[in-house]
Amino acid sequence: MNIMFSTETSCWFIRKVICWRATASIAWSVLLLPPTTAVFVVLSRFSLFHPFQTISECLSLLMSASSIFSFILLGGVIIMAGFLTLEYYTVIPTIACSKIALLGQLLHPRQFINSLAHCLMGIIVGWCCAVTIGYRYEMLGYPCQNSDGYPQMCVNEYHLIVLLAGAFVGFSHSLLGVIHNINYVSFQTVQQYKYFRFKGSLPLVVTCSATQAFYSVRNYIVVYFFLGYIPRTWICKTLTLHVDSSIHPLDSIAGLLDLSLLFHLWISATFLLFMWYITLLLFRIFVTEAYSFPVQPSFTEDSHQCLPKVLTDKHPMILKFLALQDLALLSQHSPSRRSEVFSLSQPGGHPHNWNAISKECLGLLADLTHRLVAYHETVATNGRAKSLSNGSERKTSSETSSAEDLMSPRPAFLMKTPVSVFTRSVGGSSQSPLTVPFTPDLDSPFASPALRRLTAPVEQGSPWHGTVQSPHIMRRAPKLWSTSTDSQFNGSPLPSPASVPSPKQEATKPSFLSQFLQNRKEQVKSFLAKRVLIVYLFNKLPEASSQALFADSQAHIWALEGLSYLVQASFTEDHFGVVQTTLPSILSSMLLLQEAVDRHFKLPHASSKPVRSTGSIGDSAYKTLRFALRATLKTAIYRITTTFGDHLNAVEMSAEHRKRLQQFLENKE
Amino acid sequence: MCSLALFPPLPSGQTTLCESNNELLSGSSTTEELKQDLIPLSLSFPRESLKLHSRTESSSKAAFLDHSETLWMRSAAAWRDGGLTGLLNEVTTSHTEVPKWLSMTSGCILALLRWISSFHGSVFPHVTLSSEDMIAEFSQVLNWPDCVVRAFAWHPHTDKFAVALLDDSIKIYNPKSAIMPTLKHRLQKNVAAVQWKPLCASALAIACQNCLLVWHVDPCSLSTRPSSGCAQVLSHPGHAPVTSIAWSPSGSLLLSASPMDTAMMVWDVAAESCVLLQRVGGGGVTFLSWSPDGSHVLASTPSALFRVWETRMWTCERWPCINGRCQSGCWSPDGSRLLFTVQGETVIYALTFTGTPGVPSSSIKGPQAAAVVADLSETTFKTPDGDIIIGGEIQSVAWDPRGERLAVLLKGDPQAANQPAIIAVFKTRANPIFELLPCGFVQGEPGTEPRLMHFHPNFRHGALLTVCWSSGRITHVPFYFLSTSLPHAGLSGSPPLPHPQERPADFSTQSLFTELIS
Repeated sequence: MNIMFSTETSCWFIRKVICWRATASIAWSVLLLPPTTAVFVVLSRFSLFHPFQTISECLSLLMSASSIFSFILLGGVIIMAGFLTLEYYTVIPTIACSKIALLGQLLHPRQFINSLAHCLMGIIVGWCCAVTIGYRYEMLGYPCQNSDGYPQMCVNEYHLIVLLAGAFVGFSHSLLGVIHNINYVSFQTVQQYKYFRFKGSLPLVVTCSATQAFYSVRNYIVVYFFLGYIPRTWICKTLTLHVDSSIHPLDSIAGLLDLSLLFHLWISATFLLFMWYITLLLFRIFVTEAYSFPVQPSFTEDSHQCLPKVLTDKHPMILKFLALQDLALLSQHSPSRRSEVFSLSQPGGHPHNWNAISKECLGLLADLTHRLVAYHETVATNGRAKSLSNGSERKTSSETSSAEDLMSPRPAFLMKTPVSVFTRSVGGSSQSPLTVPFTPDLDSPFASPALRRLTAPVEQGSPWHGTVQSPHIMRRAPKLWSTSTDSQFNGSPLPSPASVPSPKQEATKPSFLSQFLQNRKEQVKSFLAKRVLIVYLFNKLPEASSQALFADSQAHIWALEGLSYLVQASFTEDHFGVVQTTLPSILSSMLLLQEAVDRHFKLPHASSKPVRSTGSIGDSAYKTLRFALRATLKTAIYRITTTFGDHLNAVEMSAEHRKRLQQFLENKE
Repeated sequence: MCSLALFPPLPSGQTTLCESNNELLSGSSTTEELKQDLIPLSLSFPRESLKLHSRTESSSKAAFLDHSETLWMRSAAAWRDGGLTGLLNEVTTSHTEVPKWLSMTSGCILALLRWISSFHGSVFPHVTLSSEDMIAEFSQVLNWPDCVVRAFAWHPHTDKFAVALLDDSIKIYNPKSAIMPTLKHRLQKNVAAVQWKPLCASALAIACQNCLLVWHVDPCSLSTRPSSGCAQVLSHPGHAPVTSIAWSPSGSLLLSASPMDTAMMVWDVAAESCVLLQRVGGGGVTFLSWSPDGSHVLASTPSALFRVWETRMWTCERWPCINGRCQSGCWSPDGSRLLFTVQGETVIYALTFTGTPGVPSSSIKGPQAAAVVADLSETTFKTPDGDIIIGGEIQSVAWDPRGERLAVLLKGDPQAANQPAIIAVFKTRANPIFELLPCGFVQGEPGTEPRLMHFHPNFRHGALLTVCWSSGRITHVPFYFLSTSLPHAGLSGSPPLPHPQERPADFSTQSLFTELIS
């Protein structure tokens, strides 16, 4: 039932929203093509001595039939680039933790197709540029005479160099896109109308495309100087063209030191990159625009489109992100929609909306806490991070925890209905009957010291044990298989709780054979570790693992903002007290996360700031997400403590958390 | 409309101590012990106690460096510090060492660049000022270059405050701890404003000459000199000097403004990323004020124009003035009313915004024109020492967090002896109609002038005005009154701290459930 719903929803969302937004962005980029081309034509043909003649020439050129054909080609290129962007975009960046992983990304077939497409588009745009500039660039072949005086067709190297420049720039653009995560779409911290966002980013796009074109052309010149004869001979052979011996070949110093040629190469590359960047920018602007989901469905058949339902969807990721963004915005700005969140269902009087929203947000926070604790454990036990990729680490944790999930189903803690809370408050018992079965058995051999440390101070009344413990269970067994060799980078960081329990628990009794294998493996590893290239390729990039850990933290930031603003608003707006039922779990999950984040930032490289890159269109927001998360978390806790003040003393909480909260109440964090 | 003629007479030679029973009490300066008794936090920074290294450093630079050899090095340093304009500036100023044509050319290019960079087709005279003069011109502090205390900020949630001094250091005072951290940083020069981050215990933003600094001063730390590693440097090319900063009341964003930059920056401080908000016209942004409910931001420009931004979609309303630029402004606690003053005029204007935060701004019909609510033109008061003229142009205005007292810092006339700078305090009333009522004048010890003022963000017994005087003294003037209405939390902003003393005593002992349901 649930699965059916989610597929239906994602289809609905992709079909109705994302596709339309992508189409609109592509349409706008196509509409922007004529002015861009006009500027390009004027700049490329401008002559200082005949300004009026240039302008009239440009006008007649823009009206000509060949330019119409060029327009159609360029429009096709933009549409293709737009489709590639739609196909390749991601809201969670893929972060390579080592050089070899980056290499793997670069050589991925998907990436290969992307590069090929960009090369092709580059050649097309190069041809259009050559035709538009005209002059000596216009045709690939021209009639000439060989040494004997016979007429023949010669290859026009100027035309060729522009075509190849387009291909080279396209190729380097797609490679740099992988390195700089150009497909990553980040969300803005402030909301602005699309026009103003576009206007604000336009100077950046212009400078970026100009500088990037400069570097690309520089590299291209070097490559052409050394390898330029290969495509030239190939073209000559396939098209039976000849090389004019009376003209200097261009792959010589004298040939390449032609300022006009360099300028035309540069301006063509700038034009090409500008077109792509504009398409990308418009796509980003359109796709990250806030979408307002209804909180309460007006008709039952629309119920899959309302916020509480949409929040729980994992695919597509953009839907979850937009839903969380909408939650954060409504919690800040919209009292009427907040009142829908706090409302009770009719009939029944259950706060279904609030329960679903808080459950999903708390689940996100708990998931991040898991991840951080698990990562810290790996690092702490070995003294340093293991050389396994983070993606596989996540995978193992999710797999092993699934065994645990059978004992204590993870979502159980979230299924608290107000009914249970009311019975608790009425009965006066300090324990919720629901939570008791899910408290971890601290004496069992499956509990690690870290687990004890984390869970011991937590009082029995807190429903949070079941969530904290699960990733630790795997730490019990000797870590035979923890270094899984298949380093995979799964983009979805949310471990699916429904995965099959793996047979890893058998490893508690290591056999002789496995020990032997282990020893051999260690020997091979130590042998390989001495080779420089291997070390270079396999060494972890500093702070990359930290970045990867927080790659999707924008979701957590919104969840924290949404929860804290809603809790703040509930102080005056929540007439039924629905928020109070979850206040203890919200506070404890925030404090647990705070503890995990604090510990994470004590690791080496975790708190080192990345170098700010300004001259790139690639969004580097993911590099600083962990800092943003830390700040948002603190602010969120402060928002709750300053709103409720001393009333928080009435909230049930463990002694440890109370101590922590007291620090916040006294403004000492 | 209220005018200064309605104000109570001025007690001459006496220092204003507090407001009690609806009148301002003052005492002569001999009652020192009473003052100490009332306010334990009053501080004094005599000018002599500060090591003014900034000026001596620039002069010693010339004495120690060999000019003939280090032109390249100086140029490189200028390039690093100030970019192209810095380099051109260096070449232009050292015209004895470079060929004449070079210094001339660079001077011309420099002038051209200066004009182009900040102009939208019209001339803004302020861009020719040096950055120090520019800060002095647009600062909220009276006579900023000569001021010992250059900036002051109360922490929004606790009783600590930060003081920026003339020697570019910042001191943090906390009555609950004996440690007094002093913040110094290489880039912390010519501090124009400081502000604590709301909903945070440690972050302090500082507007400096070349950048923004955000210090993270751990309140539990025992260190008196936090290292410069605790400071984040936020800078953007062309965005200097920074004259005004404003944290959003929700603590998530930081705004910064520079008169040289037509764009206003919205910083996500933790991520160190910024979004530029740029509109045509104005030629820069000089002063920012975020409304306490977080829904609007006042941004004034060096020309006769200011903008009111709405913070949901970041659109703005343009408000052209007639006479001059908007000098200062402040918001009522619920963010519905903006009071502002215009340079060259002696009146206070009010704008009323009647939008709820949830409604998109396009459907809100904003006010059509500003209304004059107070006239502060020059008025002569007779005192035993002779006539004193009070009134004139306004340097800054401040509204207390409950919206009951409005303090206005009047510039006075530095040339005339009988027209001193003074603080006039109004009582404000929102119901049934908005009006200002006279309360009185706040004056310091004889011979001192107020330079800057701030209200304490959560004083429990009324309002507490902190005044920094020209003598380097910081005093606190409490206004004791009972609030006409209980503080009401805004819908979207961070509500003020609960004031437990005004609530029934048994309130805090009750459980959470009953309180909210009832």
